[in-house]
Amino acid sequence: MNAPTPVNNVREVRFDEFSSSDSLIKATEQAHKRNYKDFLIVDVDSHHYESESYGEIFKYIENPVIRRQALESASRGGRSSMLGGSVGYQDIGGRITRHWLRKHEKTEGPEHRDVTTTLRWMNAMGVDYACLFPTPMLFLGTHPQVEIEVAMARAYNRWLCDTILEHEPRIISMLYLPFNDPDATYQMVKDFGHRKGVKGFMVTAPRYKPVHDNAYMKTYRLLEEMGLPISFHAAYNWNDQSLQLTNRFIGVHALGFMWFNMVHMTNWVVNGLPERFPKLKVMWIESGLTWAYSLMQRLDHSYKMRTSDCPSLKRKPSEYMREMYFSSQPMEMPDDPSILEATFKMINAETQLVWSSDYPHWDFDLPGVIYDLPFLNEQSKRNILGGNAARLFNLDPKPVKTIPPVGGFK
Amino acid sequence: MDYFVAKKSEFKSGDRRIVQSARGEIGVFHHEGAFFAYANTCLHSGGLACEGLLMPKVVDIIAEDRTYQGQEFDETETHFVCPWHGWEYDIKTGQSIGDRRQFLRKYEVVERGDDVFVIA
Repeated sequence: MNAPTPVNNVREVRFDEFSSSDSLIKATEQAHKRNYKDFLIVDVDSHHYESESYGEIFKYIENPVIRRQALESASRGGRSSMLGGSVGYQDIGGRITRHWLRKHEKTEGPEHRDVTTTLRWMNAMGVDYACLFPTPMLFLGTHPQVEIEVAMARAYNRWLCDTILEHEPRIISMLYLPFNDPDATYQMVKDFGHRKGVKGFMVTAPRYKPVHDNAYMKTYRLLEEMGLPISFHAAYNWNDQSLQLTNRFIGVHALGFMWFNMVHMTNWVVNGLPERFPKLKVMWIESGLTWAYSLMQRLDHSYKMRTSDCPSLKRKPSEYMREMYFSSQPMEMPDDPSILEATFKMINAETQLVWSSDYPHWDFDLPGVIYDLPFLNEQSKRNILGGNAARLFNLDPKPVKTIPPVGGFK
Repeated sequence: MDYFVAKKSEFKSGDRRIVQSARGEIGVFHHEGAFFAYANTCLHSGGLACEGLLMPKVVDIIAEDRTYQGQEFDETETHFVCPWHGWEYDIKTGQSIGDRRQFLRKYEVVERGDDVFVIA
């Protein structure tokens, strides 16, 4: 019997090559089906792995002693490092294959590799602008040496501006603030607030300095004057005494990414910072949405009995919170959509919710998490996917992306 | 319609193929002497469901006295894992492990001589 001729395409699955575009081809199909080309999509929270560029970044460290320590430390991979790291296994034991396959991705051209790979996934998803954040540095706020946080933050920010933001207008950022040093925090805003692509400043949430400390007021004042938002980017600290009680990553992640932002938000509101800085835009990143829904109710309930604890407030805590911005990812998707709808209503999502992917991290979201919601009209979807962020970051609302064609077989 | 997958002699146990069909991509697994085929679109957010790792089920070891004694792999149950976010599926049924009410669309696989086809 003669063998039939295969007329259909068949391929094998490879674990020795990687392409951001190919791995997201299904996202590109979604982008075409939903006509993302017709409107602006802004990703307010995405990441790169700055640790892959430490060799370049460390050269930007201003202090020669710390610079030498860093460069020496980087040359001894696998042993103790100056920056440390975080305990955890975000890639679920290797199941998130892009985390270990990405080293195989080929890039060419004069642009930095991070520019090339970032634009690939942005185009694949249908994203016009992406706000890029670091990854290991999300944990730098718990470093025991304050001067290391300051040195690294200044080096990274300068490198990011010089190497990425200056060269690619679709990549923007809110720069890292070395919050454990209030004076250095203030100086960072002064020095970098006018650089190209800088749309605000970001505080990594896992840290142990209260946001209402008087030492920060000059920075908030400056940000308000400059019209730049401040954001608090969630992460976990498995060495936190309470979070040490969890024994699985799912536990420390679910709690940790809410916990620090809940603390900072509570302090921010009950100390009357929204009254002191009424024009300062505040954004809360990567805590999902349920924490805000819960905290609004919790604080309002107590406020009515304990107004003397927060005499600066002229309104209920939830009313101030509802004027802040919330990034969407990781957006909880309850089986009953009416629960999510109530959350959207609670935070005034139509104007205050801003979509984020968190790509390439393990729990990234696509624009479809917003676009496919049954209870949003088309305008609300477009607001959340890009319009609100354009207002927050002062971006041109005209789409600039190029979504690649998909017609063929990968 | 029948779609050619592979020559059986070239499709070893543990291997897989991704087949283009009019119904979309289909992942075909050769697992422990049998073939299983599912839609290559994750029920979660549409990722390449059949293109991730194959992993044995993880189980907690709970002793007679109900104390926890660690974890181990259950080699009798294999999952394929969507590489986008880690959603796991039972390779023999296509059942979503994280939400057992849900199943990937399953396709029939037939052998004709040395040829393997998926019907879609």
